[in-house]
Amino acid sequence: MSTELKHAVKQLYKTLIFIGREYPKGGIYFRDKCHAAFMKNKDVTDPAEIKMLISRGEYVVKELEALYRLRKYRTLRKRYYDSETFEETMLKNIRYFDEK
Amino acid sequence: TMARVLVGVKRVIDYAVKIRVKPDKSGVVTEGVKHSMNPFDEIAVEEAIRLKEKKFATEVIAVTCGPTQSQETLRTALAMGADRGIHVEIPADDYVKTGPLQISKIFAKLAEQEKANLIILGKQAIDGDNNQTAQMTAAVLDWAQGTFASELKLEGEKLTVVREVDGGLETIDLKMPAVVSADLRLNEPRYATLPNIMKAKKKKVAKLTAKDLGVDLASSIEILEVADPPQRLAGIKVENTEELVGKLKEAGLV
Repeated sequence: MSTELKHAVKQLYKTLIFIGREYPKGGIYFRDKCHAAFMKNKDVTDPAEIKMLISRGEYVVKELEALYRLRKYRTLRKRYYDSETFEETMLKNIRYFDEK
Repeated sequence: TMARVLVGVKRVIDYAVKIRVKPDKSGVVTEGVKHSMNPFDEIAVEEAIRLKEKKFATEVIAVTCGPTQSQETLRTALAMGADRGIHVEIPADDYVKTGPLQISKIFAKLAEQEKANLIILGKQAIDGDNNQTAQMTAAVLDWAQGTFASELKLEGEKLTVVREVDGGLETIDLKMPAVVSADLRLNEPRYATLPNIMKAKKKKVAKLTAKDLGVDLASSIEILEVADPPQRLAGIKVENTEELVGKLKEAGLV
């Protein structure tokens, strides 16, 4: 493998481990899975295939960022906005049927 | 004129952590607990950076108040794209007694010192839930304020803010200088990536104390007790609608 590709693979691994620290099932769980995925492809030598695998890894990074963002947004919405509105609406509906 | 933006960031217990109250009810357990930037402050930082990227702002200065560890939060703001940081160091013992009023006085002083004309803060921090710092800062400075912002537009001296109000939206025009507080829907903050965190280590962080700014940290508020929210009892399964109605009647809900 060229040094350039070697560097890109290493960088991707570091990035994944870094972002995996926030993984809902825990950083250790993620690290093990990530390590296994890299090891599975350790014998790949074709530069085109290596590049393809790197871009797949980069896609996972983007997906994780989106997952975290959504998870945080949803938690905050539930904590500060939705639940009250939801309960209020529910009570209103119950009273509505009560009056009928 | 372009904006010089001061953005506030607070280090809080991470939003995903289950909060535990200390047995003596004096506060919550913070030791060994994961901390991160207050999520509403991330939104504030993102908005400030976007203003700079769109060439509406010349500089974005991130400010944090708190103990040594608060610097990590400042680094995150710098990694997201703030130009430099100011850490107003408050020792842990004093920090637990520091409230929005003291923090707002610090922000006001820094705004004058840095010649900032726009301050963006999270609408509240998820630890104290005070929702006061932005309002108080505007009052101390006698600046205009746009709270609970879900949209922000800057045109010269005019700042248009769409505010989240009860059950709807309110659009207001402010004359700069101004203080804005960020609500949840203002934007989707970017992720502080590893390379950017590395690069952020080279950015400048000034360290100050409240005393350097002439701000008295004495507070007239004393926390008497911190209690857990009431425990939710386990639910039950009902077999059919008749049973459901029966249970609801029992509970006096219908």
